[in-house]
Amino acid sequence: MIGYIDKIKQISKQILEDCKVDMVIGFRRGTVPMMNEPCVAKTEDDVDQFVWDGHCGINLANYLMGRKEKIGIVAKGCDTRNIVTHIIENKIDRDQLYIIGVPCKGMIDRRQVNNRFEGVREVIDQGDTVKIIGADFEEKLDKTDLLQSNCATCTHPNPVIHDELVGDPVEVPTDIDQWADVRKIEAMSTEDKWGYFDDLLKECIRCYACRNACPLCYCPTCFVDESTPQWVGKSQDPIDVRTFHFLRAFHCAGRCTDCGACERACPVGINMRVFTQKLEKDCYDLYGWEAGLTTDVRPPLDTYRADDPEEFIK
Amino acid sequence: MAHMGVESERIHFSWVSSAESTKFVRVVNEVTEAVRALGPNRRFVKSHGLDRQSYDEKAA
Repeated sequence: MIGYIDKIKQISKQILEDCKVDMVIGFRRGTVPMMNEPCVAKTEDDVDQFVWDGHCGINLANYLMGRKEKIGIVAKGCDTRNIVTHIIENKIDRDQLYIIGVPCKGMIDRRQVNNRFEGVREVIDQGDTVKIIGADFEEKLDKTDLLQSNCATCTHPNPVIHDELVGDPVEVPTDIDQWADVRKIEAMSTEDKWGYFDDLLKECIRCYACRNACPLCYCPTCFVDESTPQWVGKSQDPIDVRTFHFLRAFHCAGRCTDCGACERACPVGINMRVFTQKLEKDCYDLYGWEAGLTTDVRPPLDTYRADDPEEFIK
Repeated sequence: MAHMGVESERIHFSWVSSAESTKFVRVVNEVTEAVRALGPNRRFVKSHGLDRQSYDEKAA
């Protein structure tokens, strides 16, 4: 993963020099540890700021909607799946993009690091291990123990579309049950399910960071901001909070790529992936659909097939 | 809805043509029977700032 950055810089400089693109979107070091931030490079000098390590969890596909320029973008497996979704939904043209694909080895979960250590000053991704440096300590941990939960169960780490890859594709694990969490909830009683979500959402402050970080949430006016009609109450009432989260998840049905941007952005650490994952699983079970794998097939929720499942209609 | 913990007996989907009056009656009867058997809905109802108990008392 460390070796990727030289290649990313080299490709970015080349495409800027050749005027193939007007800008390249990548990552630069953030102001706090483990928080790399998006960086738009318009000159070759800007490209020198680029970094790549296990702190690049933000989904850069979020910055493409409606752009008119030609854009180079550094994209992980999940990012490319969101780019595919954007292309399908006419948010950007494939011809406008130069995709620098990064075979992804997983992103580090900053919450796990902060839970285990106090006063973390720097976290260095060394490939298989992670070095955590604080004021008076230095620790080395296996990266597999610190991965974001969606990265630990990722089945598409390699870019699905790209103009250039910065390294060899990584091995795709085959023995992973990516929906183990959903199955656990499905097995609960009705009572327990209700309680589970009550408990999950009790910390929510409705800041909408999950929505803003999500590349799928690009509506000019979100349903929660509408006032005529008002689809959902704007209060902190648990029912309003629940309605917001469930409706948002439904808007992502058949589109969500489980990139984890929502969970990553949440200031209170709610795992809202349990909503989107359920819909992802349903889409897979009902339609054999995984979002963002190809631009050639329309998603199940905007097509009609005579054999669409309809057992729920009596 | 069922996944979030609303009783699945409350959730009904049906397709009734305008020519299917008997089916419409049957569906309405089935839905009311199923919901009546469950009793009043205590979930997915806004408490309007009241705690559960005083809300229930007020509703009763």
